[in-house]
Amino acid sequence: MTDVRTPEARTVRVVVTLKPGVLDAPGQAIRHGLDALGHGGVRAVRAGKYFELEMADDGRPDGGGLEERVRQMCEGFLANTLIEEYRYDIV
Amino acid sequence: MDVGIVVFPGSNCDADTYHVVRDVLGHRAQYVWHEERTLDGLDAVILPGGFAHGDYLRAGAIAATSPVVRALRAYAAGGGVTLGICNGFQVLLEAGLLPGAMRPNACGEFRCECVHIRVERTDTPFTCALAAGEVLRLPIAHAEGNYYADPPTHRALLAGRQVAFRYCDASGATGPGANPNGSHDAIAGVASPTGAVVGLMPHPERASEGLLGGEDGRRIFDSLDRWVAARPPAAPAARAGLEVR
Repeated sequence: MTDVRTPEARTVRVVVTLKPGVLDAPGQAIRHGLDALGHGGVRAVRAGKYFELEMADDGRPDGGGLEERVRQMCEGFLANTLIEEYRYDIV
Repeated sequence: MDVGIVVFPGSNCDADTYHVVRDVLGHRAQYVWHEERTLDGLDAVILPGGFAHGDYLRAGAIAATSPVVRALRAYAAGGGVTLGICNGFQVLLEAGLLPGAMRPNACGEFRCECVHIRVERTDTPFTCALAAGEVLRLPIAHAEGNYYADPPTHRALLAGRQVAFRYCDASGATGPGANPNGSHDAIAGVASPTGAVVGLMPHPERASEGLLGGEDGRRIFDSLDRWVAARPPAAPAARAGLEVR
C-alpha cells in the first residue's frame, strides 16, 4: 500500500472474486468464449467485481481508520464472505 | 389472515403473489413498500420474486439494506412468519435471516422450467399441510439459485432440520440430473431453526391455479392458512409488548 494522499480524499480500489473452490460459472463461460474466439491457452478465468470508492480522509497519520472502514464495508456488504474474497488498495 | 407482500424496486412477482393470497385463497393482502419501517399486525410477510434493485452487487444484497428488512429482522425475532420466494429467498440470505449464499447457476444459464422438489420438513408455517417426502412440481426462473453452505453451515443445517425442500425427480429421488442449478446437497429451500422463516427458489404463486398448469404451489399457501388458523391468539400482555414471565 502506498502512502500518497490528497488532503481530503483517498481512492480505494476493491476487487471481489469468488473464493477458490467455489464454482465460478461466469468465469468458466468467459473462458469458453475466449476459446471460441480462438484465444487458446487460457487455462482458467476468474470473474469478479471491481469498485472504486472515493473516501473522505480526515488526514490522521493512520489514515483516520480508513483501512478499518474499508474492511468493514467489504466484510459487511461489498463481498459476501461466505462465497467471496476481497482485496483492496488505498491510493 | 393479513398478509403483507413486500415490494422492492424491481420486484416483479408481487402482483402474482397478491393475486393468489387475495383472489385464490380469499385472504386480506397488502403491498408493503420497501421503505416501510414496521410490519406490526401482519399474520405473515412474503418477499416475492423479481430483481430487487436490478440484482446489482449480488442478488438481494441492496434490498437487504432496506428499511423494511430492518423491520423484518424485528418481526422475525418476535416469531413473525415469513416466506421468501426466489429473489425474496436471496434477500433473506443476504440479510442473514437464513443461512447460506447463492452462486450463479452451475450451468451458466438462466433456468426457466418446471422442476420437482421434495418436502423435507413439515413443521413450518409453509409446509404443515404437506407430508414429509411428498413431491411438488413447481416452476423455477432464476440465474442465481445455486445454493451454497460451507461445511460447518451445512452440518448445522442438517442438525437443525433446516433443509425445507430438495430438488428431486418426479419419483422423489435426488441426483445430478434432478438438480437444475447445482445447489449444494440439492437444497431448494431452507427454514430458520424454528421454521417461522422459510425461503425457496421455486415459485409456488405461479402454480396455485389449474389454469396455470398446476396447483402444487397452493399447498404451500394452504399450509400458511392452516398454521395461522391453528395459532393461539397472542396474549394481551404480549401484544402490548410487556414482559411475560
